[in-house]
Amino acid sequence: MNPLVQVKNVSKTFPAGQKLFGEKSVVHAVNRISFEIMPGETFSIVGESGCGKSTTARLVNHLLTPDSGEIWFDGKEISSMSENEMRPLRKDMQMIFQDPNGSLNPRMRVEDSVAEPLLVHTGLSAGERLKRARELLEIVGLSAKHARRYPHEFSGGQRQRIGIARALTVRPKLIIADEPVSSLDVSIQAQVLNLMQRLQDEFQLTYLFISHDLSVVEMISDRIAVMYLGCIVETAPKAELYGNPRHPYTKALLSAVPVPDPEAKKERVILQGDIPSAIHLPEGCLFHTRCPLCTDVCRRQHPEPRDLGNGHIVACHHI
Amino acid sequence: MPEELLLDVRHLRTEFSQGKKSSVVAVNDVTFQIRKGEILGLVGESGCGKSVTALSIMQLLKDTPGKITNGEVYLEGKNLLECSKEEMRKIRGENVAMIFQEPMSSLNPAMRIDAQLVEAIRLHTGKTRREAEEHALKMLGLVGIPDPARVSRNYPHQLSGGMSQRVMIAMAMSCDPHLLIADEPTTALDVTIQAQILDLMRKIQREIHTGILLITHDLGVVAEMCSRVIVMYAGRIVEEAPVELLFSSPMHPYTKGLIASVPKLGSGVKSLPSIPGSVPDLSMMPPGCKFAPRCRYAQERCRKEEPPLLELAGGRKCRCVLAEDDKEATAQ
Amino acid sequence: MPERNETARAPEHEAEGPVVQAQSKKKAFFKKFLQRKTAVASAVFLLLLLIVAVVGPGMAPYDPAAPDYENLLTGPSAAHLLGTDEYGRDVLSRLMAGTQLTLGVSLSSVIIGAAIGTVLGVLAGYYGGILETLVMRGSDVLFAFPDILLAIAIVAMIGPGIINVVIAVAVFTIPSFARIMRSATLSVKESLYVEVARSIGCKNGRILSRYVFPGTVQSMIVNFTMRVGTAILAAASLSFLGFGANVSEPDWGAMLTSGRNYIGVASHLVYFPGLLIFLTVLAFNLLGDGLRDTLDPKIK
Repeated sequence: MNPLVQVKNVSKTFPAGQKLFGEKSVVHAVNRISFEIMPGETFSIVGESGCGKSTTARLVNHLLTPDSGEIWFDGKEISSMSENEMRPLRKDMQMIFQDPNGSLNPRMRVEDSVAEPLLVHTGLSAGERLKRARELLEIVGLSAKHARRYPHEFSGGQRQRIGIARALTVRPKLIIADEPVSSLDVSIQAQVLNLMQRLQDEFQLTYLFISHDLSVVEMISDRIAVMYLGCIVETAPKAELYGNPRHPYTKALLSAVPVPDPEAKKERVILQGDIPSAIHLPEGCLFHTRCPLCTDVCRRQHPEPRDLGNGHIVACHHI
Repeated sequence: MPEELLLDVRHLRTEFSQGKKSSVVAVNDVTFQIRKGEILGLVGESGCGKSVTALSIMQLLKDTPGKITNGEVYLEGKNLLECSKEEMRKIRGENVAMIFQEPMSSLNPAMRIDAQLVEAIRLHTGKTRREAEEHALKMLGLVGIPDPARVSRNYPHQLSGGMSQRVMIAMAMSCDPHLLIADEPTTALDVTIQAQILDLMRKIQREIHTGILLITHDLGVVAEMCSRVIVMYAGRIVEEAPVELLFSSPMHPYTKGLIASVPKLGSGVKSLPSIPGSVPDLSMMPPGCKFAPRCRYAQERCRKEEPPLLELAGGRKCRCVLAEDDKEATAQ
Repeated sequence: MPERNETARAPEHEAEGPVVQAQSKKKAFFKKFLQRKTAVASAVFLLLLLIVAVVGPGMAPYDPAAPDYENLLTGPSAAHLLGTDEYGRDVLSRLMAGTQLTLGVSLSSVIIGAAIGTVLGVLAGYYGGILETLVMRGSDVLFAFPDILLAIAIVAMIGPGIINVVIAVAVFTIPSFARIMRSATLSVKESLYVEVARSIGCKNGRILSRYVFPGTVQSMIVNFTMRVGTAILAAASLSFLGFGANVSEPDWGAMLTSGRNYIGVASHLVYFPGLLIFLTVLAFNLLGDGLRDTLDPKIK
């Protein structure tokens, strides 16, 4: 089976403002990352703020174009495509966003928002589009009776469902979910996650799931990549990553997550210091400034990813 | 024992006016105590009233349409609701201090860190400028800020989220308050930074015996930090218990549902049971138990009459008819 | 009670209908607007003017062009509420007739200026690049001139007359709309839902019409009411200076011009048109203020 998505050595920088007489500084958002997503699986990218995971999502979705590297979707290389060339492919790749409030046009009725992809990608008549939109609203657990309302009349969790309904209308192959449950209340999170899993089975979806929440990611992922300062430090199938993490950052991340169980004894790896600035990246291994295992080679040389077998890839000198 | 009692909140009720005629009860008959050196967790989702409870205790409702309409709040024996504005201003900072979710918006963006700290210290203590500056540096060191002399010359926006929150904690602790109220102190922070801040708070509790009211929606944080927990829903306390009992045998259906719906690291489950429906609008509450519309155990009488908060064995409280079966139930 | 959703697909009966009482946006808008007394008063005043303008001279007590040589330059009296002018024409009737002319000139010039300025501004803000530079520098140039001077310069070039006054006022209205609509566009362009539209694959035309422009209409409306006030002043000034309407037309500005000659003996010929101009411009400004406050979600 061929991968649905292939990202090869992709980098992306953003301008970061300029000193009056100095050189332009850039934010190194994504630094030579590579990964693959197989059809039907849920691939998650997890990391803290500023690690580049949202930028990666937008690169795959062609909302941003990479400075270097290749992005393959469904057998086609998309990074250098124009918007017109990309448009027909968008039918197969839809995105769900973090902020349910901001992602819906406040001046469009909900049914029109949901039907929008159908307007863009199909030749269905208005009546047919609205019918399909209402069906999808029901599928995601909302009542079609309220389809003519405006977004501000719904709660956060409901708006997120509307976003999901919209993504599904054109039966995409890939759904990119950028922190889809982070801004929802805990009890609503569970509802939406359950819904997403149910829909994956029914519609044979592939998910690229972006999140900072390791517990959520453990629940729904098949494979996971951990990002730090724009680099992927570890990629592994779920059981491997959570059961046998190899990279020091992954270990620290896992140990830092508070577990809702007071009896759980934790081996705490508390990292010192803050995340370095993405404008002035550290030399050598990007993690060395906070790493308990840091040695000389780490300060000088950037570690290349190594395949440990079982689909487990780590970028560290100390394996 | 009353001498150890740091904070004693009794039947607190806070209402928000909605226009001229109606008002919404954001905090309804809330009663709890905090002892010296204890970390009490206040848990709930958005709209449950936990933040308003904190603001009510601190008497910070002036700029909001909220008003305390009933109850007493005793801080070390003194009823805060009877204090004048002057007295309250003195108490805030010296006896009780608060840290908020967004450190960036709680610090004055136009003042350097050292200036803000010194101002806060001088306001509450009799220290001279020199003494206050020294104390400020000491506090910054206490909260783990590297090179305090240099860092304190920065403006808030030049610091990262973790550093700003540490500065907030330094400011809050600079006058040695006995009670610290932390409203979602780590929600806006990355998980590795959160671990650092929680560690710091535990250190403060251990070494200075500060009592902490920790408000959060994150059950993981609660499990790690708190010795006792209060669960709020729709402005009411629905359960109170020591932390181990809360997680091992939750009594209220909302607590059960909440704990069950949180993904736990290492549990290996593929899907989670969830609580149906959503948090009700405070202005459109049904009669009877406020959780009944979403409760799978709801009976007829739950929809008619709101259950009282029952006091049970082991320092537990529960606002549910199901708890009546507990033998030592006595209505509070 | 929240409604239960019955569907085979979502077995948990989750997510009932809308959580907020569906308060129509229009109702909320009016409720908020009506709290602003000055804005409401202005709106009422302008509505009355509009009625007068539409109904025209038909409502006036006298024929505005009819001279009455028996009653030259009389002050306000029972017969002539606002007096008569140097030809014995009733001032009140002339003012009422002039309403149509004044409002017509100012509204049409602002409409034309707004239309052109909005198109330029929205496109400049959305596409950026050379278009934006051209539009913005062009606006800067026009802005550098004081309104009236610019209008005079244009009229001096193309000649006097009502149509040319409209053109002149429209021209100097364009840059303010271009600027305001550009910045409104820039901020709406960054909204998440616009990015969402792009990620769905919407073409630029659709994004502009359905996503970006509706978010900027608010700015346009407020600026519109403000500029009408300016336009009235400008048209009146142009008429006053002799560039505008024929002096025998009952234009408020023209009435000021001719009235100037008689300020010693019949000052009412200056005060009444002047007062009316003043009140109308004030009303438009207050209405604009009120609208802006009402539309701002952060102001209660």
